[in-house]
Amino acid sequence: MSILKKALTTAAMASALLAGAAQAEDMRIAIVAKALGIGFFEAANKGAQEAAEELGDVEIIYTGPTDTTAEGQVEVINSLIAQRVDAIAVSANDTDALVPTLKKAMQRGITVISWDSGVAPEGRQMHLNPSSAPLIGNMIIKLAADNMPEGGQVAVLSATTTSTNQNVWIEEMNKVAGDYPDVEVVGTVYGDDLADKSYRETQGLLKTYPDLKAIIAPTSVGIVAAAQAVTDAGKIGEVNVTGLGLPSEMAGHVKSGASKSFAIWNPIDLGYSATMIAYHLAKGDASAEPGATIPMGRMGEVALDDNTEAAMADPFVYDASNVEEFADVF
Amino acid sequence: MSLLKSREAILALAILGLLALIASRFPGFVAPANLAAVFTDSSPLILLALGQMVVILTKCIDLSVAANLALCGMVAALMNGAGIPLPLILIGVIALGAALGAFNGMLVWTLGIPSIVVTLGTMTIYRGVIFLLTGGAWINAHQMSPAFKAFPRTVIAGLPVMAWIAVVIIAAVALLMMRTPLGRAFYAVGGNPHAAVYTGISVGRTQFAAFVMAGALAGLTGYLWVARYAVAYVDIAGGFELDVVAACVIGGIAIAGGAGTVAGCVMGALFLGIIKNALPVVGISPFWQMAISGAAILIAIAFNAQSQRAPGRIILKRAEHRT
Repeated sequence: MSILKKALTTAAMASALLAGAAQAEDMRIAIVAKALGIGFFEAANKGAQEAAEELGDVEIIYTGPTDTTAEGQVEVINSLIAQRVDAIAVSANDTDALVPTLKKAMQRGITVISWDSGVAPEGRQMHLNPSSAPLIGNMIIKLAADNMPEGGQVAVLSATTTSTNQNVWIEEMNKVAGDYPDVEVVGTVYGDDLADKSYRETQGLLKTYPDLKAIIAPTSVGIVAAAQAVTDAGKIGEVNVTGLGLPSEMAGHVKSGASKSFAIWNPIDLGYSATMIAYHLAKGDASAEPGATIPMGRMGEVALDDNTEAAMADPFVYDASNVEEFADVF
Repeated sequence: MSLLKSREAILALAILGLLALIASRFPGFVAPANLAAVFTDSSPLILLALGQMVVILTKCIDLSVAANLALCGMVAALMNGAGIPLPLILIGVIALGAALGAFNGMLVWTLGIPSIVVTLGTMTIYRGVIFLLTGGAWINAHQMSPAFKAFPRTVIAGLPVMAWIAVVIIAAVALLMMRTPLGRAFYAVGGNPHAAVYTGISVGRTQFAAFVMAGALAGLTGYLWVARYAVAYVDIAGGFELDVVAACVIGGIAIAGGAGTVAGCVMGALFLGIIKNALPVVGISPFWQMAISGAAILIAIAFNAQSQRAPGRIILKRAEHRT
């Protein structure tokens, strides 16, 4: 089976190579996914194609291994080097394993960036994060505030007490809480990323704070469990569940009204931005060094930090108007 | 027997004391509607604890119950997705759970592998199978039919169906344990395996039956769990097997087998269920919650060990008087 897939991949690459040779003027940017056939990356490819159309003289080679392994990506990248592509933008299956191969690519003059899931600094020129902790922290409280014009009480349902991501986001949220004077954050409870405990903690919140207006759950297990608990308590419309979740998991709860809106990165924008950045770096009209800014079309521009990492944008907001469309994607 | 009876009385008193303590901090907790909700929420734990009790009585332990629950829950959700009617799904998951339990039982019975090793292995296997079935994908609320989700929530005479199922199963297991040869065989095999053999009871077969029973209950609970929380994924009920064993131990089921009652087991599960439901509302720091749950278990076990310790028997009364 894998032989067949490899043969197909090779065939696809060969045809891409031929197509590339036909229009030698075009810049060829390779978008390397963690694995083919994952909705998230297919959507990123859609964004990359959009960027290519906008730029005009760019051809996208969307590729990746058939399963999420670093070895598979090394093979794919080696064949891209052989094809002499102009730029490689990779979402890595392993931080370190790809470094030697990507170094080789850079030595041959290929622009290498990582996006979504990063590579160690020595293996890429820059890394594009979908978002950053301050942006996420601000977004989750903004989502709650936007849906409660009169203000009121808000509680946070987190994962475990030791989850680094959630703790950082909540800390950032509390830093900007002063910007939302009508929102009173009454407390944080921990659902341990278990559906049953998150459900029970939500029930506890509903009992402890009868006037609660919103629950912020910056975890995909928590937000689903909280939405279900609010539904079962018959409090749809009184308590709005928001936070970070995946459209495919939240579609039902947005439809029922338990969640008015939630956020997560938009893979289309991510693929678009990665392509734009790779284009400008390969073209030489931007450089990847600490403090530099790189334009990325309709997404504005990004500034690189000391680790040559950058945050693309605010998390993308999903609500009743677009959740169905993205539910099929990821 | 009077000792056993008094231990259950003490556990009942402990539960009442616990409720009083919670009520002093959050009076709403002891409202009848809330207590019914707590019982409903504890139903999965009660069902699994009853299955686990039977297994522990026969000197075995089943660590795969939570994985069994997760697998059966996922299969229920997949069957629902394929449009299979609910009664068939229920029969299907109970049969699947029983089969998974039977697999444990066969290994213990025919190969004589210690049950803790067997179920430690199958626990991982069952979780792995879920991954194979779904590729790690979730099944979410909007992918389940309304009837599938509504069944455990349907309220009959003030209690949801989920709670009624627990009530019926408690009664059925109590009847089985007290009034049937199989029920008595569970005690006999755990109490004294050699004597059990001499009375014509097959130890292996009885243990096998216990695993099948625990598996079937886990299968049923799998559906209830998935329907209640309206989500199915690989890790649901992760670590739940430890809660189940803890409920049995608190309920006074002897880990060495042969002793324990349905009433004790149910109260043990309720005790844990009340703590789990009360901690979120009494406003205790989450950092303390785990420690409190653990301490409650330890205290209960220490208490059981104390009351179970056989009092020393004086065999030379006269000699003692002289000294």
